[in-house]
Amino acid sequence: MTGPLLKVEGLTKAYPGVVANDGVSFEVRPGEVHALLGENGAGKSTLVKTIYGLVRPDAGRMTFAGAAYEPAEPSAARQAGVAMVFQHFSLFEALSVAENVTLGMENPPPMRTLSRRIAEVSEAYGLPLDPDRLVGELSAGERQRVEIIRCLLQDPKLLIMDEPTSVLTPQEVEILFHTLRKLSAEGTAILYISHKLEEIRALCDAATILRHGKVVGICDPKASSAREMAEMMVGASFMAPARSEAAKGAPVLEVEALSLASANPFGTSLKQIGFSVAAGEVLGIGGVAGNGQDELLAALSGEARTAPGSVKLKGAPVGGLGPVERRRLGICAAPEERLGHAAAPDMSLTENAVLTGVVREGLASRGFVDWGKARGFARRVIAEFDVRTPGPENAARSLSGGNLQKFVIGREVLQKPEALIVNQPTWGVDAAAAAAIRQSLLNLAGGGAAVVVISQDLDELLEISDRFAALNEGRLSAPRQTYGLTMEEIGLMMGGAHGMHEADVEAAHEAEAHAV
Amino acid sequence: MIRLERRPSPSRAWTAATPVLAVLLTMLAGGLMFAILGKDPVLAIRTIFWDPLFGEFAWYFRGQLLVKGGPLILIAVGLSLGFRAGIWNIGAEGQYIVGAICGAAAGLAFYPTGGWFVFPLMVIVGGLGGWLWAMIPALLRVRFQTNEILVSLLLVYVAQNLLARAALGWLRNPEGAGFPGSRNLSQWSASSNPELIAGTGMHWGVVAAFLAVIAGYVLLNRHLTGYHIRLAGQAPRAARFAGVSPGRLVIFCLGVSGALAGLAGIFEVTGPAGQISIDFASGYGFTAIIVAFLGRLNPVGILLASLLMALTYVGGDNASTNLGIPAAAIQLFQGMLLFFLLSVDLLTNFRLRLGQREIA
Repeated sequence: MTGPLLKVEGLTKAYPGVVANDGVSFEVRPGEVHALLGENGAGKSTLVKTIYGLVRPDAGRMTFAGAAYEPAEPSAARQAGVAMVFQHFSLFEALSVAENVTLGMENPPPMRTLSRRIAEVSEAYGLPLDPDRLVGELSAGERQRVEIIRCLLQDPKLLIMDEPTSVLTPQEVEILFHTLRKLSAEGTAILYISHKLEEIRALCDAATILRHGKVVGICDPKASSAREMAEMMVGASFMAPARSEAAKGAPVLEVEALSLASANPFGTSLKQIGFSVAAGEVLGIGGVAGNGQDELLAALSGEARTAPGSVKLKGAPVGGLGPVERRRLGICAAPEERLGHAAAPDMSLTENAVLTGVVREGLASRGFVDWGKARGFARRVIAEFDVRTPGPENAARSLSGGNLQKFVIGREVLQKPEALIVNQPTWGVDAAAAAAIRQSLLNLAGGGAAVVVISQDLDELLEISDRFAALNEGRLSAPRQTYGLTMEEIGLMMGGAHGMHEADVEAAHEAEAHAV
Repeated sequence: MIRLERRPSPSRAWTAATPVLAVLLTMLAGGLMFAILGKDPVLAIRTIFWDPLFGEFAWYFRGQLLVKGGPLILIAVGLSLGFRAGIWNIGAEGQYIVGAICGAAAGLAFYPTGGWFVFPLMVIVGGLGGWLWAMIPALLRVRFQTNEILVSLLLVYVAQNLLARAALGWLRNPEGAGFPGSRNLSQWSASSNPELIAGTGMHWGVVAAFLAVIAGYVLLNRHLTGYHIRLAGQAPRAARFAGVSPGRLVIFCLGVSGALAGLAGIFEVTGPAGQISIDFASGYGFTAIIVAFLGRLNPVGILLASLLMALTYVGGDNASTNLGIPAAAIQLFQGMLLFFLLSVDLLTNFRLRLGQREIA
């Protein structure tokens, strides 16, 4: 076949208030690894959902393998040879790998045949996986393998992958890339969605760049620099955050032998965590999702109580105190989940300002809330953190993710905490807002606060943290100076490749070398 | 195809309009039911909604509105606090009974000497009794994670048995010629809770109910505890992050609703009911659940909803005596009111759209 495998012409999809795709056209050739690049909200997801039959376009047409292609639902897309691995897995934790794979199939073969097929496919593509293990026991990387194998069993001509590396360690990324290259060499085209430029440069043959729903550029990622692509993606050149090299002071937040049993059976228990953050310092904590990030934030914010001496603020034990007492002493926190955890969706921004601000901002006297003062505080957060909203009386859920995140971070930063702990501060936030949030965290540290940033975005952590540590299965690696750390070292701190031996990684490397 | 679309923020207009719409729909469906029963629907609806207010005997019925509405307000305001926080006290009926028994027992301990302190003491002990009865599900939930819905509901049946034992046994009037029931508390001056202004139905319980409305409003809108109650109901995780202790909230909400139900019980037994008798429990504790939702868990709304509910009670009684409509049909009618309210409630948070579906 010489023509394009998938041809998209003039695809348009509008939702109330926003045009998600506006006349998008591009082509994917057989065996090509094609990147779809764009910021959050650029329309990548809508585009691939259209190709996978989940969204009906308003206008435009598609051709697949030379025939008109108009999938009414995902099963039609699968029939035609399109498979997709979603960013969020749809797996049942209490079922085995093979059972999960069966659930996604139209005509599942008998379990024994299927288990053998899974073993064969996983062997052939270097994705080791035991068909009989429970999904609940697997790491995020292994769960992704289940999803990939589920797709590969259908022999797809086009495999769509939505942000596949966000849950992987660098070593696991290597293994994934090895698999994808092998698939591509066998003639399977791959549509690869990401906003991580280095990955795209390493893997992809062509890239289509989207901004505000429109195609703004097509380039050869191997021939363009990351900077060029970033500027096309964002539409402007952007600055790296500025940091003041203040001298680091005395330790503010000290954690020693912190252990916490997980409340739910598939959660992660914290085991003997220890670190210390000095005044003016930013400690970055990396790690793949589900390795104890939520639990660590809860133990530091006071939502979960531990032995008094396991958490200390300026030498005073606070491990046994609740969130209110810790705020009074100067520990503020911003959890990952914005709606429902950091903020109450149906409450106004003023009411949400009271949620954590009541103690340090003095928003209540003798138990009665001073709503006027609360509104003032909410207005201050909105103004200083450039939160786009008509006013503080609007419900939290009416804000976009990025704006609400700015509000949540701003609410904590403006309370001038001694120690601030944030989890995934820029998750799902556009580049400009993310830069503003990172800058505010650096400014807070510059003012003498101790800042702990828990994040799965390694680039973010390398950019803003002074020291780096990684969470792996509830354990924290020893923090190291960020300056001079290599990706290789970070990967090993994150636990290397889950469920694989080092030898496999090396084997993957060698096979790579031979292929080249 | 009809489709529901989530509103960005709840509609204020619909919040106010849904109760009215629910009442209208209840009238329609109820009228249909009365027609099927072979009664004139217009006459039936008029007898229930119009006659008690403006009919020939309105002078009597109007007073009954406050008599029936008072306990409903008192209980429903307490329940609404818990319901807002996602704490489900379904056993207000039991707390109402136990409050009445405890208060009556405290008063009768001083019979026949009496004294100025007897009535206030009875009120305090009555509230305490309801509070204690509510502490059983509260502590069981906090300590053993039992379900407060089941425990509080089942305790109603325990309370009903206590009531029967009290009426037949240890609180029975020794001078009552062997008839079940305690001494008449409303006729003993030391314990009586009289009508304060003749013809209005206003007694101390109604005064307490109005005070509860004001206190409930201030608590929910101005006080940090009320804020925490609302937060815990809307976003439990955010409440824990804010520092709300779930256990303490359970004890507070169940405690307040139990105490208010107990107060309603003691005011009832010293006033309109008059004595502890086997049939003292008349379902106020359960009806108050409907009232709380009908009033959108808002104290002022509850005040209005209680009066509306009292109207259906008074009017319903009137309809069953005058038109021969079975009592069960009247209860069904009241049930329809809750059903329609909860159904049209959807419109507050969702918009109806007519048109094509998004995903085929």
